[in-house]
Amino acid sequence: MIRRRLFNLAATAALAGLALSGAAQAAEVIKLGAIAPKTGPLAGGAVVTQWPNIQLWVEQVNARGGLDVGGTQMMIELIEYDDKTNPGEHIKLAQRLAEQDQVDFVVAPYGTGFNIAAAPIYGRYGYPMIAVSAITDKMDELTERYPNLFFTLGTTTAFVDGVKEILVEQREAGAIGNEIAMVNVADAFGIELADRARELFTEAGFELVYDKSYPLGTPDLSPVMKGAKDSGAKAFVAWSYPPDSFGLAEQAIIEDLDVSVYYSAVATSFPAFGDAYGGKINNVLGAGGTNVDDPAIAAYRAAHLDVTGKVADYWASANTYAALQILEQAIEGAGTKDKETVTQYIKDNSFDTVMGTLTFENNVSHTFWSVGQWQDGVFRGVKGTGVEGAVPVRLKDGWVE
Amino acid sequence: MKPSGWQELLLAALFAMLAAFVPLVANGYWLSIAVTAMMYLALATSWALFSGPTHYISLATGAFFGIGGYLVGSMMSDYQLAFWVPLVVAPVVAALLAMLIGLATLRLSGVYFVIFTLGLAEMIRNLISWIQNNFLGSRGLYVLTDLRDQHIYWMLLAVAAVVYLLGWLINRSRLGFALRIIGNDETVARHVGINTATAKVILFTTTGFFAALVGAIIAPRWSYIEPNQVFSPQLSFLVVIMALLGGAGRLWGPLVGVIPFTIIWEWVGVQFPNQSFLFMGLAFLLIVYVLPNGVVGRIEQLRARLREREA
Repeated sequence: MIRRRLFNLAATAALAGLALSGAAQAAEVIKLGAIAPKTGPLAGGAVVTQWPNIQLWVEQVNARGGLDVGGTQMMIELIEYDDKTNPGEHIKLAQRLAEQDQVDFVVAPYGTGFNIAAAPIYGRYGYPMIAVSAITDKMDELTERYPNLFFTLGTTTAFVDGVKEILVEQREAGAIGNEIAMVNVADAFGIELADRARELFTEAGFELVYDKSYPLGTPDLSPVMKGAKDSGAKAFVAWSYPPDSFGLAEQAIIEDLDVSVYYSAVATSFPAFGDAYGGKINNVLGAGGTNVDDPAIAAYRAAHLDVTGKVADYWASANTYAALQILEQAIEGAGTKDKETVTQYIKDNSFDTVMGTLTFENNVSHTFWSVGQWQDGVFRGVKGTGVEGAVPVRLKDGWVE
Repeated sequence: MKPSGWQELLLAALFAMLAAFVPLVANGYWLSIAVTAMMYLALATSWALFSGPTHYISLATGAFFGIGGYLVGSMMSDYQLAFWVPLVVAPVVAALLAMLIGLATLRLSGVYFVIFTLGLAEMIRNLISWIQNNFLGSRGLYVLTDLRDQHIYWMLLAVAAVVYLLGWLINRSRLGFALRIIGNDETVARHVGINTATAKVILFTTTGFFAALVGAIIAPRWSYIEPNQVFSPQLSFLVVIMALLGGAGRLWGPLVGVIPFTIIWEWVGVQFPNQSFLFMGLAFLLIVYVLPNGVVGRIEQLRARLREREA
């Protein structure tokens, strides 16, 4: 168990502050549990999107004296575990949080599978679960089964729809033709997205002149990219994961892929993606997006860099932070640690977050970015649902800096 | 030998009866540890059925376990079948596969067999990803049932008990005798007219059957199945470590290994979340150097020494 040293620090600081103002009082504690990968295949994503936001939020809340729970200030004590990207491990640890540590609230897990695996347990103990990094088309069925589960990052279909809209617009503008080259990583989410895209793209009158998959962890993507190049399509779409989104960009640069629309899915929005290829990936599209010009987002990003020392990613980071803000406002709004009351509060109210005002309709929030684009060093949202500040899509024009 | 055999069986039955009461007294957390322990107990005992007497170290557990979990996911999610259908089908599929693999590879011996089984889980995972990608299309495999930890625990306990009973029966049969001879010296076994290939294939098939059954039973607990997660090479290694720790030579060896190991493993995971793999490697080394015949081997050694002293 790693109890955050940070908590102690913040607690001491806050206590000192209170003492100075002459309002010293015994600090009550509210326990928060968080389980997500620190090792294993999903750790790469979790240390970018999940963990830094938990750290940031806990530190900020504690710095201002903790949560106001019905008139009592309560400092957050964070209990965190590594699930090793293993669902069996995650389930066991979730039980541990509930039974041994007896935490008051939990941070929803990282990854679709883990949210679904943990939902029955957290549901049984009544914890509200505001899932962020979980994208599925089965939200209705899942939220009906687990009424404590909330979704905030959109559906598989919304994801593919964003890309389809861009393709249709660019076809109308004459930038691309009917031909699309599409590749996908042969793993759960990649397969699911590609499958949905095949239907939606074909319905929209596109022709997949190149449609190939590659196994997860393929080190050499040059045959994939050569094939896409030979197809002559002016639009390239890749339903890819973190390692291969990078690998594909690298190959596109080497092959000098001649397209007007280039899209790769997960991890394109990571700051490391921009750092790796600089100006060469200007106008590359990817999953996610954010509106950096929004003052709330800008302040959040500055605090993220300041506290964690890392640039926030341009997608789910803000949603993850917003989910924590929802939890915060629900606990303070309900004025109690009672889980059922807080869960009901989440269903009935709207929340003022960095992502704007969020509300839940049948436990699903319809405010999220689906497609973003690297534009002069910043990954900006170009397509989204319920969000403001989308910028026009630009055309990809070569791979030189 | 015979009366002690019955005694052993009686003790095992008593243990199983006691174990059945665990869900009634344990809270959610301890029950979830008990489920994990019971899962490894069933896997390690069935592993030891084959690898114990023959000394063929099989790393295929993860592959068969994965087939069980994956088929439950696919049949329930893609074809809307009830949970019990894949529960019956998966072990049969895995057993058939184990038989084919056994026929093809059990002529190999020693290290070749180990390497082949290590690669097997990876091969099947990739094959399944390929099939999913090209033929099925995946929407994520959901296993949504109303089964809770105690139900899964009881099912696993039943499997473990059956495996144990089966092992007990095999030990007392001509087949068990043949396997022990194969383990001691395969050439001799062949010379005295034992059909070594058939004996090995039968046992390997049994192991595959039960590993898949355990994988299928555990699937509802995970709720969401991804090939990358069910075909875990780590599982194969953990099963081997636990069985070796207890001692694969005796049927109740894995029992002695699994329970302490699960608890220690849990403790390590909580205390040193970032070093657990290091611990796994150290455990492997320690077992091989200090307890080559497992805890059971040590106990028997001590008993023998005591007897010598008395004499």
